[in-house]
Amino acid sequence: MNVQICSALQRGIFDQMEASYPNEGGGFLLGQPQDGAIVIRDIIQVENTFAEEEQHHRYAMTPHDWMRLEDEADERGLSLVGYYHSHPDSPAIPSEYDREHALPNFVYIITSVVMAKAADMRAWQLRSDRSAFDAGTLSVT
Amino acid sequence: MAKIRIPTPLRAYTDGESNIEVAGDTVAEALGDLVAQHPDLRAHLFQDDQLRNFVNIFIGDEDIRFLQGLETEINSDDSLRIIPSIAGGNPPISIGGKQIADEEAPR
Repeated sequence: MNVQICSALQRGIFDQMEASYPNEGGGFLLGQPQDGAIVIRDIIQVENTFAEEEQHHRYAMTPHDWMRLEDEADERGLSLVGYYHSHPDSPAIPSEYDREHALPNFVYIITSVVMAKAADMRAWQLRSDRSAFDAGTLSVT
Repeated sequence: MAKIRIPTPLRAYTDGESNIEVAGDTVAEALGDLVAQHPDLRAHLFQDDQLRNFVNIFIGDEDIRFLQGLETEINSDDSLRIIPSIAGGNPPISIGGKQIADEEAPR
């Protein structure tokens, strides 16, 4: 899996994740497949709805967020291609909790935020048999 | 027939179709017909014959958990929607099915 994101959108994610620190932040990735890659065209910030005292290591959205953004993507001729969230003071690799809540054919972008600064960004995709994530190639254009 | 709207990531298992017509008088029957038509969906919707805990089923804007769950009756003109709950979090870490300690993780 090759994921392409422009530097402005990457900077937007970094800014949001740094502002959320020490809590997790996140949002949806809107985009489209193009020449064998998933091209991110927009990011939509979504409020973390997990219990406030758990937000330093948990992130959640409501089902209504999904409905609203999937409809918006359709209206814009895009697709809901994935979601992004942060791992404060932890590596940008998926947790078991991430895997249990993941779907295949969806891009998971994780940003590691260390001491309030974005330190790493990686893209992942769940295997079809749900057994593990595979790392994707993240190209910043 | 009722219709079920498939979330984007699962359309890979419905030949790209976003809306599937299903037979059945209850949500359970409709989902049963859906996975009969598209068997590869089952593993992503069910675990041990129970809906996975991050899978939500809506009829219009109503979550079936606040109706009669899978036994909620449906009409032939109802529009159902499968909505995943999005959630994530940090460690413990697992990659490739193998646990990795923080200090061993790729940077």
